[in-house]
Amino acid sequence: MGILDFLKRKPEPTATVAKERLRIIVAQERSTRGAPDYLPLLRNELLEVIKKYVHVDLEAISINLERDSGHEILELSVALPDGKPVAKPAAG
Amino acid sequence: MTAEIIVVTSGKGGVGKTTTSASLATGLAIAGKKVAVIDFDVGLRNLDLIMGCERRVVYDFVNVVQGEATLKQALIKDKRHENLYVLAASQTRDKDALTQEGVEKVLDGLAAEGFDYIVCDSPAGIEKGAHLAMYFADHAMVVVNPEVSSVRDSDRILGLLASKTRRAERGDGAIKQHLLLTRYNPVRVAAGEMLSVKDVEEILGISVVGVIPESENVLAASNSGTPVILTPDSHAGQAYSDTVARVLGEERPLRFIDVPKKGFLQRVFGG
Repeated sequence: MGILDFLKRKPEPTATVAKERLRIIVAQERSTRGAPDYLPLLRNELLEVIKKYVHVDLEAISINLERDSGHEILELSVALPDGKPVAKPAAG
Repeated sequence: MTAEIIVVTSGKGGVGKTTTSASLATGLAIAGKKVAVIDFDVGLRNLDLIMGCERRVVYDFVNVVQGEATLKQALIKDKRHENLYVLAASQTRDKDALTQEGVEKVLDGLAAEGFDYIVCDSPAGIEKGAHLAMYFADHAMVVVNPEVSSVRDSDRILGLLASKTRRAERGDGAIKQHLLLTRYNPVRVAAGEMLSVKDVEEILGISVVGVIPESENVLAASNSGTPVILTPDSHAGQAYSDTVARVLGEERPLRFIDVPKKGFLQRVFGG
């Protein structure tokens, strides 16, 4: 290290932070790539309906769109909580 | 007649697409290929400046698409290489002036003229101009800087290349993807301040076709309207020459990706 370098303040090494953030966001964006725009909205509305009967979080619902030669399959899975269900069914 | 169509694209702006288009086209011409390089950035013409032919633009890409000029009239012959031609973007029209059919007609016309390579300099973004620039491509050179937003955008572009191109739609086999890392600073990488070649390759899942070091020669070259590949004593110029050779199938090791060894005086005084 030169004399002048010694006097300059070194910035923090941040490349590893950048790499980790990119790894996560790129993986997330790849998993939803090509999916229709309405998917997040559909997921939220489904959650509202399910919530009328069972307490679940947004994370409990996963929606996948799979393409199989020629047709598409919308796969919905809801992880129900362990204990007893229920919020009261909404009065209609 | 078939011509190989290469799109130079990135998503993010300012990463070096036009610099790369100019040097790639010039490098292919030096290798003896007949090359046309097209500016797809309608409304923001810039390739002509980087190629140093801005005062010779009479007709442009949009004029040809709209039938107001012939391809021969609009192609600007490079002053330095007789088998290199530039097709400038329109500076006055809006981006809707380009249509898929119009672009296809121009590309077919160039192939019929015996061009070996057509380099399409894409505008930034993922809208119509960028879509048209990539749609007919056989190869894509995705330009990326070692910086978070550029890397993320290039992943998005890689996704579009795999789905929104003629090759993808027809199932003609995938576009050949070449990742070009530009503005690379080995000193900052060694200090842990900048993503490394390996980091970017791991995140995006493809290997680089070249690494262009950050260099003051790039600005000097654009100032004078000379593609930087024609500055053979610069590292950036040499790195572009290597990249073009790799695109043509040659194997060359990456250079200028490690910290240069310092001389005695530099070691004492830093710098």
